[in-house]
Amino acid sequence: MVQMLTKRRLSKAARQTLRLLVMVLITFLGLLLITFLIGRVVPIDPVLAVVGDKASPELYERVRIEMGLHLPLWQQFYIYISSVLRGDLGTSVLTAKPVLEDILRVFPATMELAFTATLIGIFVGIPLGVFSAVKRGSLLDHITRVIGLLGYSLPIFWLALLALMFFYAKFDLLPGPGRVDVFYEDIVDPVTGFMLIDCIIAREWEIFRNAFSHMIMPATLLGYYSMAYLSRMTRSFMIEQLRQEYVLTARVKGVAEWRVIWGHALGNCAIPLITVVALSFGTLLEGSVLTETVFAWPGLGLYLTNSLLNADMNSVLGSTIVVGAIFLGVNMFSDFLYKVMDPRAR
Amino acid sequence: MKKLFLFTFALAFFAAQLVQAATPKDTLVMASKIDDIITLDPAEIFEFSGAEYAGNTYDRLISYDVDNVSNIFGVVAESWTISDDGLTFTFKIRSGITFSSGNKLTADDVVFSLKRVIILDKSPAFILTQFGFTPENVEKTIVKVDDSTVKVVINKPYAPTFFLYCLTSTPGSVVDMKEVMAHEKDGDLGYNWLKTSYAGSGPYKLKTWKASETLNLDRNDNYWGEKAKLKRVIIRHISESATQRLLLEKGDIDIARNLQPDDIKGMANNSDVKIRKKAKGAVWYLGLNQKNKYLQIPQVRQALKYLIDYKGMEQTILDGKATIHQAFLPKGFLGALEETPFTLDVAKAKALLKEAGLENGFAVTMDTRNNEPTTSMALAIQATFAQAGIKLEIVPGEGKQTLTKYRARNHDIYIGRWGPDYMDPHTNADTFARNPNNADDAKSKPLAWRNAWDIPEMTKKADAAVLENDAGKRAEMYLELQREHQQVSPFVIMFQDIEILSKRANVEGFVLGPSFDSNFYQYTTK
Repeated sequence: MVQMLTKRRLSKAARQTLRLLVMVLITFLGLLLITFLIGRVVPIDPVLAVVGDKASPELYERVRIEMGLHLPLWQQFYIYISSVLRGDLGTSVLTAKPVLEDILRVFPATMELAFTATLIGIFVGIPLGVFSAVKRGSLLDHITRVIGLLGYSLPIFWLALLALMFFYAKFDLLPGPGRVDVFYEDIVDPVTGFMLIDCIIAREWEIFRNAFSHMIMPATLLGYYSMAYLSRMTRSFMIEQLRQEYVLTARVKGVAEWRVIWGHALGNCAIPLITVVALSFGTLLEGSVLTETVFAWPGLGLYLTNSLLNADMNSVLGSTIVVGAIFLGVNMFSDFLYKVMDPRAR
Repeated sequence: MKKLFLFTFALAFFAAQLVQAATPKDTLVMASKIDDIITLDPAEIFEFSGAEYAGNTYDRLISYDVDNVSNIFGVVAESWTISDDGLTFTFKIRSGITFSSGNKLTADDVVFSLKRVIILDKSPAFILTQFGFTPENVEKTIVKVDDSTVKVVINKPYAPTFFLYCLTSTPGSVVDMKEVMAHEKDGDLGYNWLKTSYAGSGPYKLKTWKASETLNLDRNDNYWGEKAKLKRVIIRHISESATQRLLLEKGDIDIARNLQPDDIKGMANNSDVKIRKKAKGAVWYLGLNQKNKYLQIPQVRQALKYLIDYKGMEQTILDGKATIHQAFLPKGFLGALEETPFTLDVAKAKALLKEAGLENGFAVTMDTRNNEPTTSMALAIQATFAQAGIKLEIVPGEGKQTLTKYRARNHDIYIGRWGPDYMDPHTNADTFARNPNNADDAKSKPLAWRNAWDIPEMTKKADAAVLENDAGKRAEMYLELQREHQQVSPFVIMFQDIEILSKRANVEGFVLGPSFDSNFYQYTTK
């Protein structure tokens, strides 16, 4: 009996995994197909990106054939997909390097930013949300709500430009665009790709300080968006929880107020908050396209923008796959955490 | 709350400590648009920034005086002789040149470098292959005589300076054969490696290149000539003029390369910043497609040349960034025509249109890159065309998008900028005044072809000019060619580019040449 049960469970797990895999596959295919088609429909000639304005007709034709652009569209797509399955994302026109190598190089910069921003969001946004839920109608609550609302409605690139203007141009408090001052570039070996960690490994404290100061503005800005979203969500989750009877019971039992709020009520908010944090992480990756462009931050967002403007389709497709994969991955991870933390979801 | 304030204050203070004002003493930091670099291989480089990189990191066979282009001198080639029939060039290779790798530069490297350009056959290869070199005949046409002598045989007795000027351009760079061949894969002559690497002997050597981000150069301590003054050059890609200005005024960079007139005016009172200018070879022009039924009428072409406010644009939109120029050879080239017969003259244009039976005007489109100053120029042209009843519709697009249309001859009017490929007058005569075959599937597609301008007679004249050995006579031929071209061609040539370099006051010695591959960093001090 026990054996049978395990067997059935196993096959159920296998079936679930299979279903998940098929779904991921379909999502990816769809994502690739759409990006691929957009890339081919736009009236920009990708051959020109390679050969330039002045190329002779023979050279142009040769490169067109080399790039496989003379084949029918479905065949081009088939070729692309099969090479992707072999782990080959093609070569970037702009950098003359394999796209995979490029992405591995630029992606840590984006992650470093998104990760720091999420931390800021969690450690500032959640407490703010809790405070404003508990002290509803207080000044702090109003401020939190206004901050949240602004974070929702102001475009990030605009705030970024304002921040640059004030903190860099006018008051000289923070350094300008870039990940480090330009003359510190390429001194530290990229071991992890995370500038700050690499500086610690190399014991380059001066560069560490410089990199840290460069990070303050973009990370705070992205963190602000994450914080705005998290504080709003936390507030409404908390208000919901504080109305519940178990809160009343706890209070009646004489449990200390801080435990009621931070332990009982917030504990029950944790589960929906996980989804919210995961979602906001995804949004940060998306927001990075604009932030990175404004701050000249050499991450995936800037890479994607540059590739797009130069009709470098392999890089655009490759970056899309990576962003798509992260989105899916983060969502799956939050589903998994959900199951671990909430017995009902099992 | 109080703690929060204190914390914020402390953080801001800490951050303020982090800001450094000046760039390091031994490093030149420059902001520039370098996203046009797609390769570092001199056999493939064909973009402005790439050419500048190669000019500073590789030695070419021959070079010219940036202030007097007709003064040609040897670099890797110490001297040369030309056979009486004008076909054989014998170069004596300078001894004592060492590549940054430590390898000695010999005749083998020179032969290898030239052959490599022809065999790889990338975009700039035509600069050499127009002399009849093919992958099949290079073994016979480019030959090592001994360790310090190279013999090159061309196919026609062209004006000798034509071939020599071509060797001053990027494909004439000498690469380190041993180093390159050590990285060869599947017979690619090291192409896939050199695309992102370096094997040269110039005053600077490549440290790192991150496409569309930074280009870092280090001084080449093996350089055979006077060593570069500054140890490092860092070029950072910044496309926005306003950002470049900000960095320059704050002293975070030493040189800004792409400031727009507005920003330059805005810095007029800043004594820390200085401006330098140099006329470049690029010309701004309108290409009128002869497939269009209105534009093919001679009087209409003529009328449009009177409907441009040359002075107004020069003084406002282009303010210092360009100068009026109306012939296809830019000033500084042999035989450049400096006459400017056209001014804004609406009455005359109207009379010409009437002669063409178009007194009520007509409608036409213009493909326009959506960048500055192109867009502003297009708007100004639209306004003056309207004065004669011509309704100009501006079709904006990304650079590569408008170019795609232009190359397929699907435009009416195209507003463009054309830079010469080498310093010989044939470079522009070849594209503006030659069209050997106007068919859709022609083998060669110069600008005259792109505008469907069928000119068998003029093509012959241009061909004759490049074969003329006497420089004086040759200049005369080009002047005559340009006078005719200026009147009848479907090209409204308007301006010649001026490069403006904005620098911190302490930066001296940056050499600005007439083309991008003659902008040199090695004498710069600060």
